[in-house]
Amino acid sequence: MGKVIVVTSGKGGVGKTTSTAALGAALASRGEKVVVVDFDVGLRNLDLVMGAERRVVYDLVNVIQGDAKLPQALIRDKRLDTLFLLPASQTRDKDNLTAEGVELVIAELKRYFDWVICDSPAGIERGATLAMRHADMAVVVTNPEVSSVRDSDRIIGLLDSKTLKAERGERMEKHLLLTRYDAARAQRGDMLKVDDVLEILSIPLLGIIPESMDVLKASNIGAPVTLTDAKSAPAQAYFEAARRLAGEDLPVAIPGEKRGLFGKIFSRRAA
Amino acid sequence: MSLFNLFRKQRSAPMARERLQVLLAHERASVESDLVSILREEILAVIAKHVEVDADKVKVKMDRDEHVSILEIDVEIPLKASQLAA
Repeated sequence: MGKVIVVTSGKGGVGKTTSTAALGAALASRGEKVVVVDFDVGLRNLDLVMGAERRVVYDLVNVIQGDAKLPQALIRDKRLDTLFLLPASQTRDKDNLTAEGVELVIAELKRYFDWVICDSPAGIERGATLAMRHADMAVVVTNPEVSSVRDSDRIIGLLDSKTLKAERGERMEKHLLLTRYDAARAQRGDMLKVDDVLEILSIPLLGIIPESMDVLKASNIGAPVTLTDAKSAPAQAYFEAARRLAGEDLPVAIPGEKRGLFGKIFSRRAA
Repeated sequence: MSLFNLFRKQRSAPMARERLQVLLAHERASVESDLVSILREEILAVIAKHVEVDADKVKVKMDRDEHVSILEIDVEIPLKASQLAA
């Protein structure tokens, strides 16, 4: 049985879709079978970030309504054999996403894939609660910025109350993915530090993705950042986050801390 | 502009942190108080079916730490009613 992960945030534009694609590709490049599922009905974007927008024939709503079988809607990635995409529909009617339908689709995906990664829509409405409903664990994507941290706090509350796991009285595993982190600005005191966000949200840290041009470049060409330039800083951070998701106990290096002001002075003196 | 320059040394991140801590403490408490007031009403209704209780004598409190939430219910039952029950 595969593991179901929801990538969620409350706030829009913090990097849910980018992170879904990057983590999915990172896990698939380890040879594990991965499907990334776009829950953003009406405003689908995961297909675009994955570079599969012209290959979409059927989508999640078609499968739920019985217009297509699941294998017909799944799109295999052209770069990685074990990576698949289940796109969202562009229909405006979000009610097409029924709780029972989603349950059946997730149950079937779990049988075939090692990882089912659900890209949640922004907000705390039905789409977001449906995306998190069947999750075994959650990746909470947060920017070091006040409104994003506040929305993440709300989402953590929902994860602890509105998911099947929570309703069964089990503990929902939640992980913080801090994105668009600028170590230099945090060091100057102009951006919330990693420790600040961790202290406020008090969930374990999955990874820190540095602010980088490489992320935009990757979405421009339609590929997960972990596939375009595996050596880039954000790709490395996503690869490490994926290993932690898979259960590896890997310490998180906080960007910039090693090369602090004192570090610079001392290393120069030592040289 | 010169006035602003006076404050240039003051960093914004500590302010963000402080504002968030105050705001979230408040928001978390208000979400819980909704639950507590619902529980309070329903518990009172159940007890009132069997014994006469004063609505003000039912106290419901929720405490949360890192690992567990504790729901504390304190109901004061009048002497007459408790004698009847025994």
